[in-house]
Amino acid sequence: MTRILMKGNEAIAEAAIRAGGVHYFAYPITPQSEVGEYLAKRLPEVGGVFVQAESEVAVGNMLFGAASTGKRVFTSSSSPGVSLMQEAISYMAGAQLPVVIINIMRGGPGLGGILPAQSDYFQSTKGGGHGDYRLLVLAPASVQEAVDLTMLGFHLADKYRNPVLVIGDGMIGQMMEPVEFPDKYDEPALPAKDWAITGAKGRKPLITKSLFLDPYALEQNNIVIHAKYEQMKANEIRFELYKVSAKNRMLIVSYGTMARICQTVIDDLEREGVSIGLLRPISLWPFPEMQIRTEAAKPNIERVLTVEMSMGQMVEDVDKAVQGKKPVDFFGRTGGIVPAPEEVRERILKLLDGKMAK
Amino acid sequence: MSQYEVTFAGFGGQGIMTAGQLLAYAGIHEGKQVVWIPSYGPEMRGGTAYCTVVVSDSRIGSPIINTPLGLVVFNRPSLEKFAPRVKPGGTIIVNSSLIDITSNRNDVAEILVPANDIAIKAGNVKTVNMIMLGAFVGATEVVSYNTLIELVKEKMGKKKDLLEMNLQVVDEGYHFAKSALRAKVKA
Repeated sequence: MTRILMKGNEAIAEAAIRAGGVHYFAYPITPQSEVGEYLAKRLPEVGGVFVQAESEVAVGNMLFGAASTGKRVFTSSSSPGVSLMQEAISYMAGAQLPVVIINIMRGGPGLGGILPAQSDYFQSTKGGGHGDYRLLVLAPASVQEAVDLTMLGFHLADKYRNPVLVIGDGMIGQMMEPVEFPDKYDEPALPAKDWAITGAKGRKPLITKSLFLDPYALEQNNIVIHAKYEQMKANEIRFELYKVSAKNRMLIVSYGTMARICQTVIDDLEREGVSIGLLRPISLWPFPEMQIRTEAAKPNIERVLTVEMSMGQMVEDVDKAVQGKKPVDFFGRTGGIVPAPEEVRERILKLLDGKMAK
Repeated sequence: MSQYEVTFAGFGGQGIMTAGQLLAYAGIHEGKQVVWIPSYGPEMRGGTAYCTVVVSDSRIGSPIINTPLGLVVFNRPSLEKFAPRVKPGGTIIVNSSLIDITSNRNDVAEILVPANDIAIKAGNVKTVNMIMLGAFVGATEVVSYNTLIELVKEKMGKKKDLLEMNLQVVDEGYHFAKSALRAKVKA
């Protein structure tokens, strides 16, 4: 393996191919258009399918159809485009179809802007579409992690027969970092796709659908998919601890690029004798709720601070995790403005001085 | 733990992004951690283009750098915009062929390189970015001279006549900055 310099968007595209995702349906949108640009060139070389749809609504339905055949299918988009796919995402969750959706987030609401944001947390983790469903949501903080999580995403989508969302703020797509691709993509064995529609030769026809007019059948379908969500909660919680120790006066919870900015602040404050730890959720759903609760409960922790590029979304889940045992504060910027380390630092020091009690 | 951050800035078309990427590649070549970030946003044609490169011995935290240690500026608007942000003790490389002012800072090392003049003399004004990159490496040694030369050969080796010109101007920029620094120390 050699380290090569790649833009996040291109690295994600290459990662998908390496994981066998060679059926791509999309509509271009800043700041992720390089994903499609790269795949337009690469997919014909590997015998894949590239379809530029007429809209993101069409993309969603193309994904539904293609995923029904059991092939590894995916799309990439940015916030407003992902909004347009929500109906199909709900349908795919209901029909238990594996698909990977990449969202390189920009500022909203509405058309918003094209600069980095993390304001699709609610949409991603609470179900942007209708009905009782969940998505597995993975949030990388570097180009290498974007590669690793994209590849893992295809595996998890197949493992649970459920859509997987990989979300990165615009910086993840735009920046270049060294990445390594495994020579061969090894993944644990998966069950046979006996549900895939492959032309009913020598077997009974199959139907892939999310429509169940019989209320008992619909309830049964919801019970089946709910059981998978419980398994995800048991098996798929991912997070990273950074400089977490018994000396910490504060616990920061932050994800994606924002978490890296917090790391810089934590390093600087450590040199000045202020001890702060970071818990970085990598899976936003399932959320590392118990882990946050445990860290927040440690005796030296005075407060918990959530830092996001939004007006405050993940902070609601952090608040729920902490269960009122410690004060939970929020700091964020929005509209495409990325909080500078200096701003985060100032907020931390004010909070620890007690000047900004909630 | 040692980390260096540098912003390259100028007009679109001056090879700003390429210069930054070459430095990032050179960092990788030396086994370091690197991040390259472009200016990204609604930009005007003819407006300012810039990118920032971080080269570090250890894991890089914030990829967003508001106060870099180094600045390589190709035009006057970039100098005016970025020079006040450079950390004290840092380095500013100024393309003095196109910039008729200086940063007015006495807490940084400022090196004036007539990069467009050198490029035109060498036979191709498009090599201005390579002269500025050479000068930056000469002034800071963020990566070694040998690594830089090797990278230029690797990334620009397809057209032999252009490669030789690029190697010559990188060398010229490097040594121009070295002797300018020596002159500063003597003064």
